[in-house]
Amino acid sequence: MTKVVERKPLSLLERTYLPSIVGGLQVTWKHFAKSVLKGKPLTMEYPEEKWVVPEGYRGAPYLVKDQEGDTKCVSCQLCEFICPPKAIRITPPGPDGAPADRANAEKMPKEFEINMLRCIFCGLCQEVCPEEAIFLQRDYSLTGTSREAMVYNKQRLLELGGIHGGIQKWKHKLEEAREQEAFPVREA
Amino acid sequence: MDAIYYLDPTTQFVLFSIVKIVVAFVITLTFVAYAVLAERKISAWIQDRVGPNRATPFFAQYLPVIGPALVRLGIFQPMADGLKFLLKEDFTPAYVRKVYFWLAPALTAIPAFMTIAVIPFGSTLGNPNNPMVIADLNVGILYSFGIVSLGVYGIVLAGYASNSKYPFLGGIRSSAQMISYEIAMGMSVVAVFMVIGDLNLSKVVEYQGANILHWMAWKQPLAFFIFLVSAFAETNRLPFDLPESESELVGGYHTEYSSMKFALFFLGEYANMIAASAMMVTLFFGGWAYPWGGGAAQGFLGGVGHIVCFLVKMLVLMGVFIWVRWMFPRFRYDQLMDLGWRRFIPLALVNILVTALVLAALND
Repeated sequence: MTKVVERKPLSLLERTYLPSIVGGLQVTWKHFAKSVLKGKPLTMEYPEEKWVVPEGYRGAPYLVKDQEGDTKCVSCQLCEFICPPKAIRITPPGPDGAPADRANAEKMPKEFEINMLRCIFCGLCQEVCPEEAIFLQRDYSLTGTSREAMVYNKQRLLELGGIHGGIQKWKHKLEEAREQEAFPVREA
Repeated sequence: MDAIYYLDPTTQFVLFSIVKIVVAFVITLTFVAYAVLAERKISAWIQDRVGPNRATPFFAQYLPVIGPALVRLGIFQPMADGLKFLLKEDFTPAYVRKVYFWLAPALTAIPAFMTIAVIPFGSTLGNPNNPMVIADLNVGILYSFGIVSLGVYGIVLAGYASNSKYPFLGGIRSSAQMISYEIAMGMSVVAVFMVIGDLNLSKVVEYQGANILHWMAWKQPLAFFIFLVSAFAETNRLPFDLPESESELVGGYHTEYSSMKFALFFLGEYANMIAASAMMVTLFFGGWAYPWGGGAAQGFLGGVGHIVCFLVKMLVLMGVFIWVRWMFPRFRYDQLMDLGWRRFIPLALVNILVTALVLAALND
Protein backbone atom coordinates (compact mmCIF):
# COMPACT_ATOMS: atom_id res chain seq x y z
CA MET A 1 0.00 0.00 0.00
CA THR A 2 1.37 3.38 -0.87
CA LYS A 3 1.15 6.09 1.66
CA VAL A 4 0.81 9.55 0.24
CA VAL A 5 2.68 12.10 2.29
CA GLU A 6 0.75 15.30 2.31
CA ARG A 7 2.92 18.24 1.43
CA LYS A 8 1.20 21.40 2.45
CA PRO A 9 2.26 24.53 0.63
CA LEU A 10 4.17 26.87 2.92
CA SER A 11 2.32 29.84 4.26
CA LEU A 12 3.63 33.33 3.57
CA LEU A 13 5.18 33.58 7.02
CA GLU A 14 6.89 30.22 6.60
CA ARG A 15 8.21 31.22 3.22
CA THR A 16 10.17 34.07 4.75
CA TYR A 17 11.97 31.38 6.82
CA LEU A 18 11.75 33.65 9.83
CA PRO A 19 9.93 31.09 12.08
CA SER A 20 12.61 28.50 11.30
CA ILE A 21 15.35 31.01 12.02
CA VAL A 22 13.82 31.81 15.40
CA GLY A 23 13.38 28.09 16.08
CA GLY A 24 17.03 27.46 15.21
CA LEU A 25 18.18 30.26 17.47
CA GLN A 26 16.12 28.77 20.31
CA VAL A 27 17.68 25.33 19.89
CA THR A 28 21.25 26.59 19.80
CA TRP A 29 20.57 28.96 22.69
CA LYS A 30 19.17 26.11 24.81
CA HIS A 31 22.29 24.03 24.28
CA PHE A 32 24.53 27.02 24.95
CA ALA A 33 22.72 27.86 28.18
CA LYS A 34 22.79 24.24 29.30
CA SER A 35 26.54 23.96 28.71
CA VAL A 36 27.32 27.23 30.45
CA LEU A 37 24.93 27.00 33.40
CA LYS A 38 24.83 23.29 34.15
CA GLY A 39 28.37 22.79 32.87
CA LYS A 40 28.02 19.13 32.01
CA PRO A 41 29.08 18.69 28.40
CA LEU A 42 29.06 15.36 26.63
CA THR A 43 32.83 15.42 26.19
CA MET A 44 34.84 12.94 28.23
CA GLU A 45 38.16 14.53 29.12
CA TYR A 46 40.18 11.50 28.29
CA PRO A 47 43.40 11.13 30.24
CA GLU A 48 41.74 12.28 33.47
CA GLU A 49 38.43 10.60 32.87
CA LYS A 50 38.58 7.08 31.51
CA TRP A 51 36.03 5.10 29.67
CA VAL A 52 34.65 2.11 31.60
CA VAL A 53 34.55 -0.78 29.17
CA PRO A 54 31.43 -2.93 29.06
CA GLU A 55 31.35 -6.58 30.10
CA GLY A 56 32.78 -8.83 27.42
CA TYR A 57 34.84 -6.05 25.86
CA ARG A 58 37.56 -7.32 23.55
CA GLY A 59 40.72 -5.39 24.21
CA ALA A 60 44.34 -6.48 24.02
CA PRO A 61 45.11 -10.22 24.21
CA TYR A 62 47.25 -11.29 27.18
CA LEU A 63 48.49 -14.66 28.42
CA VAL A 64 47.00 -15.89 31.69
CA LYS A 65 48.25 -18.12 34.49
CA ASP A 66 46.28 -20.83 36.19
CA GLN A 67 45.21 -20.87 39.84
CA GLU A 68 48.66 -22.20 40.88
CA GLY A 69 50.40 -19.32 39.14
CA ASP A 70 51.76 -21.57 36.38
CA THR A 71 51.87 -20.75 32.69
CA LYS A 72 48.88 -22.24 30.95
CA CYS A 73 50.20 -22.00 27.40
CA VAL A 74 51.57 -25.28 26.06
CA SER A 75 53.21 -23.78 22.96
CA CYS A 76 50.90 -25.53 20.52
CA GLN A 77 51.14 -22.53 18.16
CA LEU A 78 47.52 -22.67 17.05
CA CYS A 79 47.12 -18.99 17.85
CA GLU A 80 50.21 -18.16 15.88
CA PHE A 81 48.79 -19.96 12.84
CA ILE A 82 45.31 -18.48 13.05
CA CYS A 83 46.33 -14.91 13.80
CA PRO A 84 45.14 -12.93 10.71
CA PRO A 85 47.65 -10.07 10.91
CA LYS A 86 50.45 -12.42 12.04
CA ALA A 87 50.95 -10.54 15.26
CA ILE A 88 51.90 -13.55 17.40
CA ARG A 89 55.29 -15.22 17.34
CA ILE A 90 56.00 -18.24 19.53
CA THR A 91 59.45 -19.73 20.10
CA PRO A 92 58.96 -23.35 21.22
CA PRO A 93 61.31 -24.77 23.87
CA GLY A 94 62.84 -27.40 21.54
CA PRO A 95 63.92 -30.91 22.61
CA ASP A 96 66.29 -29.69 25.31
CA GLY A 97 64.21 -26.80 26.59
CA ALA A 98 63.17 -26.11 30.14
CA PRO A 99 60.28 -28.22 31.43
CA ALA A 100 56.81 -26.68 31.72
CA ASP A 101 55.72 -24.93 34.92
CA ARG A 102 52.81 -27.27 35.18
CA ALA A 103 53.39 -30.84 36.27
CA ASN A 104 51.35 -32.49 33.57
CA ALA A 105 52.05 -30.18 30.59
CA GLU A 106 54.49 -31.42 28.00
CA LYS A 107 56.04 -28.03 27.28
CA MET A 108 55.59 -24.29 27.48
CA PRO A 109 56.83 -21.59 25.11
CA LYS A 110 60.38 -20.33 25.48
CA GLU A 111 59.23 -16.97 24.18
CA PHE A 112 55.79 -15.67 23.30
CA GLU A 113 55.54 -12.31 21.56
CA ILE A 114 52.52 -10.29 20.46
CA ASN A 115 53.17 -7.28 18.30
CA MET A 116 50.48 -4.90 19.54
CA LEU A 117 50.96 -2.68 16.50
CA ARG A 118 49.81 -5.54 14.29
CA CYS A 119 47.16 -7.04 16.57
CA ILE A 120 43.63 -6.22 15.50
CA PHE A 121 41.93 -7.44 18.69
CA CYS A 122 39.87 -9.94 16.68
CA GLY A 123 39.84 -12.61 19.36
CA LEU A 124 40.64 -15.58 17.11
CA CYS A 125 43.60 -16.55 19.32
CA GLN A 126 41.29 -16.74 22.32
CA GLU A 127 38.79 -18.77 20.34
CA VAL A 128 41.31 -21.26 19.03
CA CYS A 129 43.31 -21.83 22.23
CA PRO A 130 42.69 -25.39 23.53
CA GLU A 131 44.24 -24.52 26.91
CA GLU A 132 42.32 -21.30 27.48
CA ALA A 133 45.64 -19.62 28.03
CA ILE A 134 45.09 -16.38 26.11
CA PHE A 135 42.24 -13.92 26.61
CA LEU A 136 41.27 -10.59 25.16
CA GLN A 137 41.24 -8.31 28.18
CA ARG A 138 40.12 -4.80 28.97
CA ASP A 139 43.08 -2.69 27.86
CA TYR A 140 42.26 -0.58 24.83
CA SER A 141 44.91 2.10 25.05
CA LEU A 142 48.40 0.71 24.49
CA THR A 143 51.25 3.14 24.01
CA GLY A 144 54.97 2.93 23.55
CA THR A 145 57.77 5.16 22.38
CA SER A 146 59.16 2.77 19.76
CA ARG A 147 58.09 -0.10 17.58
CA GLU A 148 60.15 -2.48 19.72
CA ALA A 149 58.35 -1.33 22.86
CA MET A 150 55.05 -2.35 21.31
CA VAL A 151 56.14 -5.98 20.92
CA TYR A 152 55.04 -7.50 24.23
CA ASN A 153 57.08 -10.51 25.36
CA LYS A 154 56.00 -13.54 27.37
CA GLN A 155 56.90 -12.14 30.77
CA ARG A 156 55.04 -8.92 30.13
CA LEU A 157 52.00 -10.66 28.70
CA LEU A 158 51.82 -12.96 31.73
CA GLU A 159 52.13 -10.03 34.13
CA LEU A 160 49.40 -8.08 32.37
CA GLY A 161 47.19 -11.13 31.98
CA GLY A 162 47.15 -12.13 35.62
CA ILE A 163 45.65 -15.28 37.02
CA HIS A 164 42.65 -16.84 35.40
CA GLY A 165 41.55 -19.48 37.88
CA GLY A 166 38.07 -19.99 36.60
CA ILE A 167 38.74 -22.94 34.35
CA GLN A 168 40.64 -25.69 36.13
CA LYS A 169 40.78 -28.30 33.40
CA TRP A 170 44.27 -29.59 34.19
CA LYS A 171 43.77 -29.64 37.94
CA HIS A 172 40.99 -32.16 37.54
CA LYS A 173 42.96 -34.12 34.92
CA LEU A 174 45.90 -34.32 37.32
CA GLU A 175 43.68 -35.50 40.15
CA GLU A 176 42.23 -38.16 37.87
CA ALA A 177 45.70 -39.28 36.81
CA ARG A 178 46.87 -39.51 40.44
CA GLU A 179 43.79 -41.51 41.36
CA GLN A 180 44.56 -43.85 38.47
CA GLU A 181 48.06 -44.37 39.76
CA ALA A 182 46.91 -44.90 43.36
CA PHE A 183 44.18 -47.31 42.28
CA PRO A 184 44.95 -50.72 43.73
CA VAL A 185 45.44 -53.35 41.10
CA ARG A 186 45.57 -57.08 41.74
CA GLU A 187 48.99 -58.60 41.08
CA ALA A 188 48.79 -61.11 38.34
CA MET B 1 51.77 65.54 29.73
CA ASP B 2 50.65 69.16 29.48
CA ALA B 3 53.61 69.88 27.22
CA ILE B 4 51.59 68.35 24.41
CA TYR B 5 49.12 71.24 24.50
CA TYR B 6 51.84 73.81 23.82
CA LEU B 7 52.72 72.17 20.50
CA ASP B 8 51.21 73.56 17.33
CA PRO B 9 47.87 71.99 16.23
CA THR B 10 49.37 70.01 13.33
CA THR B 11 51.97 68.30 15.50
CA GLN B 12 49.31 67.62 18.09
CA PHE B 13 47.06 66.09 15.47
CA VAL B 14 49.83 63.86 14.12
CA LEU B 15 50.83 62.73 17.61
CA PHE B 16 47.28 61.97 18.68
CA SER B 17 46.61 60.17 15.42
CA ILE B 18 49.66 57.96 15.74
CA VAL B 19 48.71 57.04 19.31
CA LYS B 20 45.14 56.30 18.25
CA ILE B 21 46.27 54.20 15.29
CA VAL B 22 48.65 52.13 17.40
CA VAL B 23 46.13 51.60 20.19
CA ALA B 24 43.27 50.76 17.82
CA PHE B 25 45.49 48.37 15.88
CA VAL B 26 46.71 46.57 18.99
CA ILE B 27 43.21 46.34 20.43
CA THR B 28 41.86 44.99 17.14
CA LEU B 29 44.61 42.38 16.94
CA THR B 30 43.88 41.27 20.50
CA PHE B 31 40.21 41.10 19.68
CA VAL B 32 40.98 39.01 16.61
CA ALA B 33 42.98 36.53 18.68
CA TYR B 34 40.29 36.29 21.32
CA ALA B 35 37.48 36.25 18.76
CA VAL B 36 38.97 32.99 17.51
CA LEU B 37 38.94 31.66 21.05
CA ALA B 38 35.39 32.91 21.62
CA GLU B 39 34.33 31.27 18.41
CA ARG B 40 35.81 27.95 19.47
CA LYS B 41 34.44 28.15 23.00
CA ILE B 42 30.93 29.24 22.05
CA SER B 43 30.81 26.68 19.26
CA ALA B 44 31.82 24.04 21.76
CA TRP B 45 29.16 25.09 24.25
CA ILE B 46 26.46 25.14 21.61
CA GLN B 47 27.45 21.62 20.62
CA ASP B 48 27.65 20.37 24.24
CA ARG B 49 31.43 20.10 24.03
CA VAL B 50 34.18 21.57 26.20
CA GLY B 51 36.35 23.50 23.77
CA PRO B 52 40.01 24.43 24.17
CA ASN B 53 41.05 23.91 27.80
CA ARG B 54 44.59 22.55 27.71
CA ALA B 55 47.00 25.35 26.79
CA THR B 56 48.98 25.85 29.99
CA PRO B 57 51.92 28.26 30.01
CA PHE B 58 54.63 27.70 32.64
CA PHE B 59 53.44 30.54 34.87
CA ALA B 60 49.86 29.28 35.11
CA GLN B 61 50.76 26.86 37.89
CA TYR B 62 51.97 29.70 40.13
CA LEU B 63 48.58 31.43 40.10
CA PRO B 64 46.58 29.74 42.85
CA VAL B 65 42.89 29.52 41.84
CA ILE B 66 42.85 31.78 38.79
CA GLY B 67 45.49 29.83 36.88
CA PRO B 68 43.56 26.57 36.47
CA ALA B 69 40.33 28.52 35.84
CA LEU B 70 41.97 30.49 33.03
CA VAL B 71 43.38 27.30 31.56
CA ARG B 72 39.90 25.75 31.63
CA LEU B 73 38.58 28.78 29.76
CA GLY B 74 41.36 28.45 27.20
CA ILE B 75 42.64 31.98 27.80
CA PHE B 76 46.16 30.96 26.79
CA GLN B 77 45.08 29.16 23.64
CA PRO B 78 45.45 32.21 21.30
CA MET B 79 49.09 32.60 22.42
CA ALA B 80 49.80 28.98 21.59
CA ASP B 81 48.00 29.34 18.26
CA GLY B 82 49.91 32.49 17.39
CA LEU B 83 53.21 30.85 18.25
CA LYS B 84 52.26 27.83 16.18
CA PHE B 85 51.50 30.02 13.16
CA LEU B 86 54.85 31.77 13.49
CA LEU B 87 56.89 28.61 13.91
CA LYS B 88 55.26 26.46 11.26
CA GLU B 89 56.98 25.89 7.96
CA ASP B 90 55.96 28.52 5.43
CA PHE B 91 55.56 26.32 2.42
CA THR B 92 55.18 27.75 -1.07
CA PRO B 93 54.13 25.11 -3.59
CA ALA B 94 56.25 24.94 -6.73
CA TYR B 95 53.43 25.61 -9.17
CA VAL B 96 52.04 28.85 -7.71
CA ARG B 97 52.40 32.31 -9.20
CA LYS B 98 54.82 33.55 -6.57
CA VAL B 99 54.36 37.32 -6.61
CA TYR B 100 50.59 37.18 -6.35
CA PHE B 101 50.77 34.26 -3.95
CA TRP B 102 52.77 36.43 -1.56
CA LEU B 103 50.71 39.52 -2.18
CA ALA B 104 47.27 37.99 -1.62
CA PRO B 105 47.34 37.47 2.18
CA ALA B 106 48.46 41.05 2.73
CA LEU B 107 45.75 42.33 0.42
CA THR B 108 43.16 40.46 2.46
CA ALA B 109 44.35 41.53 5.88
CA ILE B 110 45.11 45.21 5.25
CA PRO B 111 41.67 46.44 4.07
CA ALA B 112 40.07 44.70 7.03
CA PHE B 113 42.08 46.88 9.39
CA MET B 114 41.74 50.04 7.32
CA THR B 115 37.95 50.08 7.73
CA ILE B 116 38.38 50.69 11.44
CA ALA B 117 39.94 54.09 10.73
CA VAL B 118 36.61 55.87 10.22
CA ILE B 119 34.67 54.29 13.04
CA PRO B 120 34.13 56.57 16.04
CA PHE B 121 34.89 54.24 18.93
CA GLY B 122 34.46 56.83 21.66
CA SER B 123 33.57 60.47 22.22
CA THR B 124 36.63 62.22 23.61
CA LEU B 125 39.09 61.63 26.42
CA GLY B 126 38.50 65.05 27.96
CA ASN B 127 39.95 67.13 25.10
CA PRO B 128 37.07 68.20 22.82
CA ASN B 129 39.49 68.81 19.93
CA ASN B 130 40.57 65.20 19.97
CA PRO B 131 37.62 62.96 19.03
CA MET B 132 38.06 59.24 19.49
CA VAL B 133 38.11 58.38 15.82
CA ILE B 134 41.23 57.95 13.74
CA ALA B 135 39.94 59.74 10.64
CA ASP B 136 36.84 61.91 11.06
CA LEU B 137 35.94 61.83 7.37
CA ASN B 138 32.89 63.56 5.93
CA VAL B 139 32.41 60.61 3.61
CA GLY B 140 33.13 57.96 6.20
CA ILE B 141 30.71 55.39 4.91
CA LEU B 142 31.87 55.77 1.30
CA TYR B 143 35.45 55.25 2.44
CA SER B 144 34.56 52.10 4.33
CA PHE B 145 32.59 50.66 1.42
CA GLY B 146 35.48 51.41 -0.91
CA ILE B 147 37.96 49.71 1.37
CA VAL B 148 35.74 46.71 2.04
CA SER B 149 35.39 46.09 -1.68
CA LEU B 150 39.19 46.06 -1.93
CA GLY B 151 39.16 43.02 0.32
CA VAL B 152 37.80 40.88 -2.47
CA TYR B 153 40.98 41.37 -4.50
CA GLY B 154 43.06 39.52 -1.95
CA ILE B 155 40.76 36.52 -2.09
CA VAL B 156 40.47 36.48 -5.87
CA LEU B 157 44.22 36.85 -6.17
CA ALA B 158 44.77 34.02 -3.69
CA GLY B 159 42.52 31.80 -5.78
CA TYR B 160 44.26 32.77 -9.00
CA ALA B 161 47.81 32.63 -7.68
CA SER B 162 47.40 29.21 -6.08
CA ASN B 163 47.05 27.77 -9.58
CA SER B 164 44.97 24.87 -8.34
CA LYS B 165 41.31 24.09 -8.81
CA TYR B 166 39.82 24.39 -5.33
CA PRO B 167 41.30 27.76 -4.48
CA PHE B 168 40.32 28.94 -7.93
CA LEU B 169 36.67 27.94 -7.42
CA GLY B 170 36.73 29.52 -3.97
CA GLY B 171 38.10 32.76 -5.38
CA ILE B 172 35.45 32.91 -8.10
CA ARG B 173 32.64 32.22 -5.69
CA SER B 174 33.89 34.78 -3.27
CA SER B 175 34.21 37.54 -5.86
CA ALA B 176 30.70 36.96 -7.15
CA GLN B 177 29.31 36.81 -3.63
CA MET B 178 31.06 39.89 -2.32
CA ILE B 179 30.16 41.99 -5.33
CA SER B 180 26.51 40.94 -5.15
CA TYR B 181 26.08 41.61 -1.48
CA GLU B 182 27.95 44.88 -1.54
CA ILE B 183 25.12 46.28 -3.64
CA ALA B 184 22.47 45.13 -1.20
CA MET B 185 24.55 46.40 1.70
CA GLY B 186 25.15 49.80 0.11
CA MET B 187 21.49 50.22 -0.74
CA SER B 188 20.35 49.24 2.75
CA VAL B 189 22.36 52.05 4.35
CA VAL B 190 21.13 54.67 1.89
CA ALA B 191 17.84 54.75 3.80
CA VAL B 192 19.73 55.23 7.07
CA PHE B 193 21.63 58.21 5.72
CA MET B 194 18.48 59.69 4.26
CA VAL B 195 17.03 59.81 7.77
CA ILE B 196 20.20 61.21 9.31
CA GLY B 197 21.16 63.56 6.50
CA ASP B 198 24.94 63.23 6.91
CA LEU B 199 27.57 60.73 5.74
CA ASN B 200 29.98 61.47 8.59
CA LEU B 201 29.89 58.57 11.04
CA SER B 202 30.43 60.86 14.04
CA LYS B 203 27.24 62.69 13.06
CA VAL B 204 25.47 59.34 12.76
CA VAL B 205 26.39 58.56 16.35
CA GLU B 206 25.40 62.05 17.46
CA TYR B 207 21.99 61.63 15.84
CA GLN B 208 21.33 58.39 17.72
CA GLY B 209 22.94 59.58 20.94
CA ALA B 210 19.84 60.87 22.75
CA ASN B 211 18.68 57.52 24.07
CA ILE B 212 17.98 53.92 23.10
CA LEU B 213 14.76 54.88 21.27
CA HIS B 214 16.73 56.90 18.72
CA TRP B 215 18.82 53.97 17.56
CA MET B 216 18.52 53.37 13.85
CA ALA B 217 17.89 49.65 14.41
CA TRP B 218 14.33 50.54 15.49
CA LYS B 219 13.81 53.25 12.89
CA GLN B 220 15.14 51.22 9.99
CA PRO B 221 14.68 47.57 10.97
CA LEU B 222 14.60 46.37 7.38
CA ALA B 223 17.80 48.22 6.55
CA PHE B 224 19.40 46.69 9.63
CA PHE B 225 18.29 43.19 8.68
CA ILE B 226 19.62 43.52 5.13
CA PHE B 227 22.86 45.03 6.39
CA LEU B 228 23.28 42.23 8.94
CA VAL B 229 22.74 39.43 6.44
CA SER B 230 24.93 41.14 3.86
CA ALA B 231 27.61 41.51 6.50
CA PHE B 232 27.55 37.73 6.99
CA ALA B 233 28.00 37.33 3.25
CA GLU B 234 30.71 39.98 3.01
CA THR B 235 32.75 38.41 5.79
CA ASN B 236 32.34 34.92 4.28
CA ARG B 237 30.72 33.64 7.43
CA LEU B 238 28.25 30.80 7.63
CA PRO B 239 25.66 30.41 6.19
CA PHE B 240 27.43 32.14 3.30
CA ASP B 241 30.89 30.61 3.59
CA LEU B 242 30.87 29.24 0.07
CA PRO B 243 34.33 30.60 -0.73
CA GLU B 244 35.88 28.26 1.82
CA SER B 245 33.21 25.57 2.24
CA GLU B 246 35.38 22.82 3.71
CA SER B 247 33.16 20.00 2.60
CA GLU B 248 33.41 20.72 -1.12
CA LEU B 249 36.41 22.97 -1.71
CA VAL B 250 38.85 21.58 0.89
CA GLY B 251 39.64 25.04 2.27
CA GLY B 252 38.64 27.29 -0.62
CA TYR B 253 40.92 30.15 -1.54
CA HIS B 254 43.43 29.45 1.23
CA THR B 255 43.88 25.74 0.55
CA GLU B 256 47.48 26.15 -0.62
CA TYR B 257 48.54 28.49 2.15
CA SER B 258 50.33 27.57 5.33
CA SER B 259 51.89 29.16 8.38
CA MET B 260 51.76 32.95 8.73
CA LYS B 261 50.31 33.48 5.26
CA PHE B 262 47.32 31.36 6.22
CA ALA B 263 47.16 33.21 9.52
CA LEU B 264 46.85 36.48 7.63
CA PHE B 265 43.73 35.21 5.86
CA PHE B 266 42.39 34.11 9.20
CA LEU B 267 43.26 37.47 10.68
CA GLY B 268 41.57 39.21 7.77
CA GLU B 269 38.38 37.23 8.22
CA TYR B 270 38.09 38.00 11.90
CA ALA B 271 39.19 41.60 11.47
CA ASN B 272 36.43 41.91 8.88
CA MET B 273 33.97 40.52 11.40
CA ILE B 274 35.13 43.07 13.93
CA ALA B 275 34.92 45.87 11.39
CA ALA B 276 31.43 44.79 10.32
CA SER B 277 30.28 44.60 13.95
CA ALA B 278 31.78 48.00 14.67
CA MET B 279 30.08 49.43 11.60
CA MET B 280 26.73 47.99 12.65
CA VAL B 281 27.12 49.37 16.16
CA THR B 282 27.88 52.78 14.68
CA LEU B 283 25.08 52.78 12.12
CA PHE B 284 22.30 51.03 14.03
CA PHE B 285 23.06 50.86 17.76
CA GLY B 286 24.15 54.37 18.64
CA GLY B 287 27.91 53.84 18.52
CA TRP B 288 29.60 54.80 21.77
CA ALA B 289 26.48 56.42 23.27
CA TYR B 290 25.00 54.86 26.38
CA PRO B 291 21.48 53.43 25.99
CA TRP B 292 20.25 56.17 28.33
CA GLY B 293 21.92 58.91 26.34
CA GLY B 294 24.23 61.62 27.59
CA GLY B 295 26.40 63.63 25.19
CA ALA B 296 30.17 63.71 24.68
CA ALA B 297 32.21 62.79 27.72
CA GLN B 298 33.59 65.54 29.94
CA GLY B 299 36.52 63.87 31.64
CA PHE B 300 38.95 61.05 30.96
CA LEU B 301 36.92 58.39 32.80
CA GLY B 302 33.74 59.33 30.96
CA GLY B 303 35.58 58.89 27.68
CA VAL B 304 36.84 55.47 28.71
CA GLY B 305 33.27 54.57 29.67
CA HIS B 306 32.10 55.42 26.17
CA ILE B 307 34.83 53.31 24.61
CA VAL B 308 33.90 50.40 26.86
CA CYS B 309 30.24 50.86 25.93
CA PHE B 310 31.19 50.71 22.25
CA LEU B 311 33.28 47.57 22.75
CA VAL B 312 30.50 45.85 24.70
CA LYS B 313 27.98 46.53 21.94
CA MET B 314 30.49 45.26 19.41
CA LEU B 315 31.15 42.09 21.39
CA VAL B 316 27.42 41.35 21.56
CA LEU B 317 27.24 41.59 17.78
CA MET B 318 30.31 39.39 17.44
CA GLY B 319 28.52 36.89 19.65
CA VAL B 320 25.59 36.98 17.24
CA PHE B 321 27.98 36.28 14.36
CA ILE B 322 29.29 33.21 16.17
CA TRP B 323 25.89 32.10 17.39
CA VAL B 324 24.34 32.24 13.91
CA ARG B 325 27.11 30.03 12.62
CA TRP B 326 25.54 27.00 14.32
CA MET B 327 22.04 27.60 13.04
CA PHE B 328 21.99 27.43 9.30
CA PRO B 329 23.14 24.89 6.79
CA ARG B 330 25.23 26.49 4.07
CA PHE B 331 23.31 28.13 1.25
CA ARG B 332 23.50 26.62 -2.19
CA TYR B 333 25.20 28.88 -4.69
CA ASP B 334 22.07 29.75 -6.68
CA GLN B 335 20.11 30.34 -3.46
CA LEU B 336 22.80 32.75 -2.37
CA MET B 337 22.62 34.71 -5.60
CA ASP B 338 18.82 34.57 -5.53
CA LEU B 339 18.70 35.98 -2.02
CA GLY B 340 21.11 38.76 -2.88
CA TRP B 341 19.83 39.89 -6.23
CA ARG B 342 16.15 38.98 -6.21
CA ARG B 343 15.23 39.56 -2.58
CA PHE B 344 17.52 42.01 -0.87
CA ILE B 345 18.18 44.50 -3.63
CA PRO B 346 14.46 45.02 -4.43
CA LEU B 347 13.68 45.12 -0.70
CA ALA B 348 16.38 47.71 -0.12
CA LEU B 349 15.05 49.80 -3.02
CA VAL B 350 11.53 49.63 -1.62
CA ASN B 351 12.90 50.62 1.75
CA ILE B 352 14.57 53.68 0.22
CA LEU B 353 11.34 54.63 -1.53
CA VAL B 354 9.19 54.24 1.56
CA THR B 355 11.70 56.15 3.67
CA ALA B 356 11.76 58.95 1.11
CA LEU B 357 7.95 59.14 1.05
CA VAL B 358 7.70 59.21 4.84
CA LEU B 359 10.40 61.88 5.09
CA ALA B 360 8.69 63.98 2.46
CA ALA B 361 5.35 63.66 4.25
CA LEU B 362 6.94 64.62 7.58
CA ASN B 363 8.72 67.66 6.14
CA ASP B 364 5.57 69.13 4.63
